[in-house]
Amino acid sequence: MIELKKHLRGTLAATCALAIAAAAGNAQAEDLNVVSWGGAYTKSQVEAYHNPWMAETGHNINSIDYDGNVAPVKAQVESGNVTWDVVDVELSDAVRLCDEGLLELVDLDDLPPAADGTPAQEDFIEGTLHACAVASIIWTNIYAYDETQFPDNPPTTIADLFDVENFPGKRGLRKTAKANLEMALMADGVPPAEVYDVLSTPEGVDRAFAVLDRIKDDVVWWETGAQPPQMLADGEVSMATAYNGRIFNAIAVEEKPFKIVWHGQVWDLDLFVIPKDAPNKELAWEFIKFATRTEQLAAQAEWISYGPARQSSVPLIGKHAEAGIEMGPHMPTAPENFQYALQNDFLFWADHADELNERFNAWLAQ
Amino acid sequence: MATAESAAPPDDGILRTNDGVPLKTTLRRVNRRQKMVALGLVLPLFLFILVTFLAPIGMMLFRAVDNPVIQEQIPRTVALLNETWDGESVPDDAVFDVLAEEMIQQYKVREIAKVGTRLNYEQGGLRSLITKTARNIAHRAEPPWKDAFIAIDERWGQPETWGIIQNAAPRYTLSFFLAALDLRYDWQGNIVEQPEYEQIYVKMFVRTMWISGLVTVLCVALGFPVAYLLATLPMRQSNILMILVLLPFWTSLLVRTTSWIVLLQTEGVLNDIMVWIGILSDEGRVQMIYNQLGTIIAMTHILLPFMVLPIYSVMKTISPSHMRAARSLGATPPRAFWDVYVPQTLPGIGAGSILVFILSVGYYITPALVGGRTGQLISNFIAYHMQKSLNWGLAAALGALLLLGVLVLYWLYNRLIGVDKMKFG
Repeated sequence: MIELKKHLRGTLAATCALAIAAAAGNAQAEDLNVVSWGGAYTKSQVEAYHNPWMAETGHNINSIDYDGNVAPVKAQVESGNVTWDVVDVELSDAVRLCDEGLLELVDLDDLPPAADGTPAQEDFIEGTLHACAVASIIWTNIYAYDETQFPDNPPTTIADLFDVENFPGKRGLRKTAKANLEMALMADGVPPAEVYDVLSTPEGVDRAFAVLDRIKDDVVWWETGAQPPQMLADGEVSMATAYNGRIFNAIAVEEKPFKIVWHGQVWDLDLFVIPKDAPNKELAWEFIKFATRTEQLAAQAEWISYGPARQSSVPLIGKHAEAGIEMGPHMPTAPENFQYALQNDFLFWADHADELNERFNAWLAQ
Repeated sequence: MATAESAAPPDDGILRTNDGVPLKTTLRRVNRRQKMVALGLVLPLFLFILVTFLAPIGMMLFRAVDNPVIQEQIPRTVALLNETWDGESVPDDAVFDVLAEEMIQQYKVREIAKVGTRLNYEQGGLRSLITKTARNIAHRAEPPWKDAFIAIDERWGQPETWGIIQNAAPRYTLSFFLAALDLRYDWQGNIVEQPEYEQIYVKMFVRTMWISGLVTVLCVALGFPVAYLLATLPMRQSNILMILVLLPFWTSLLVRTTSWIVLLQTEGVLNDIMVWIGILSDEGRVQMIYNQLGTIIAMTHILLPFMVLPIYSVMKTISPSHMRAARSLGATPPRAFWDVYVPQTLPGIGAGSILVFILSVGYYITPALVGGRTGQLISNFIAYHMQKSLNWGLAAALGALLLLGVLVLYWLYNRLIGVDKMKFG
């Protein structure tokens, strides 16, 4: 009995000590929880933003992966238990969360100017700054194919993605209405400038789904950005839509025989936001200011082929840090890639995502 | 106690302990203490269940009808609308004035978009109507508000818009349940069907039920022989067999699901073997995963132990002498098996079936990974509304309907077979 008591007391003391240590740790360690999309993309952020920032400030960053579902932001803010400090989100989510009061407002005048003194508000590409969000990159939905599957007659336009007769094989598409409907309309001959006008009418939506119907039985649906390069590599599909950086990574680093078709790309932004009442919101803002400096954005573009949101970063972009490939021609915004491109319309999707996704889901289940 | 010791106990015929307290009282006291101890032991579990099980379910049921947004954000507009609007024409200037005032107020605290999000569930496009109008009247537009609103967007001049606002306003609403049944309110408050291309949930409930039923039947068909072998083989062999049953049971769900992907995909092991043998051509590989078939195969495999173990434990209790008696009374082996042995295993089959069925009705990860387009179940749509569309009211309504369905089936099972006949061993 005495033995047991002694043992218990020892355990208790140890637990207390641990608890105190943990509490003390919390008090001084300014750990920042930064949430992003994982894989090659997060790696580029760690190399270009996290590591230099940790070296400069001495604070620590926990890098957390997510799949782009912003539900946790809503859940955390509404339950008053926010654990994420910085989140990397798409534009439509940034606008929606901001409108609903789930994000901290940011002081855009506080962003550092470019090296030549151009104020940040002018240096950032138009439309990349928002009341609650600062963009870091321009990325794009493209489709890529496996070169070994199409040795003689490679696909060149967005229409070829929806043409299984002349370009046989399974297709990998993202399991969402967004971007698929736009690509379907462009494949049907609607010029990029008119896509959202057409999609705003019931007939336009019918038309887009009719195009998707052509390949419905040949589609393998994906949900996270790492899947499409994997599907192409496994031979599960012969073409797949994907985030361009993921395919670039597979080509440049893993030396896969993939090729990107830029025709009919649907481009979008990734932005940093701070959930409302985040535990380290001041520090989070310091981090965002650091990460979106000219040099940092240029450095990131040397790890993954996403375009920097600052104009002043573009001339600084060099070769890929590991593969030694010149990055300029692989940017979504490079002139030859950008000829037939559509910007994702976040206002359209904020309005119509509910009904179009509902319809998309019903269509899928049939 | 001191008094009891000093004075002799009164001789009134009541039984007393030797310290003079009536026996009844003492007994009651002891009983009460024991009950308190028992209760104290149960209390942690009870609290645990309350906090982790009952409270969340209650909250979910509540969320399915909870509808606070409109009442919190524009209460006076709604009250005035209910009081003065005839339901057919454009409302009076007074309604516009109050709405403008409330919109500006909510715009300043960045809450007005919540109204838009809520209304957008009823009709796509109202979200931007609200945010656009609020932005405009807070910064630029001037009274009279009625003209200003209609100048900003002509939808403010249509009774439909106001009807939708009025229908979405009550503090508690059935509209999430309606949406979960492919119905909705039209702007006049009548319940109508969703357009056909958006109908999905009823179909999903039906699919979930029949896939769960099929998986249960397959589990009985596959699990019964295994359980029989387990129960009748000599110890040495049956132990090995038991390990083979339990090993997958102990393996992570994800590992088992992904190993099915490896086996079944078009470039996978099974297809490779069939191509190698020559049953299939290289172009004619069969799609066995990322569809309903994949969901059914993987779920059957994963849920099989839940069927085998209850049947096995019931079979263990059946005395072999019953079969011998039937044989000695002249029954053929199949007859003896069917008429004497099988009926005695029914409690195990019942227990296994209800376990497998209820587990499959709520299955989520496996269909998400291997279900592709046609193998998704209702829980995948609940997850979709929790995580992506953020329409938690609809997710809660779907969950509540699923719970209701399971309870009804359980009740039916109880009426037809009787839960007390169920045996887990």
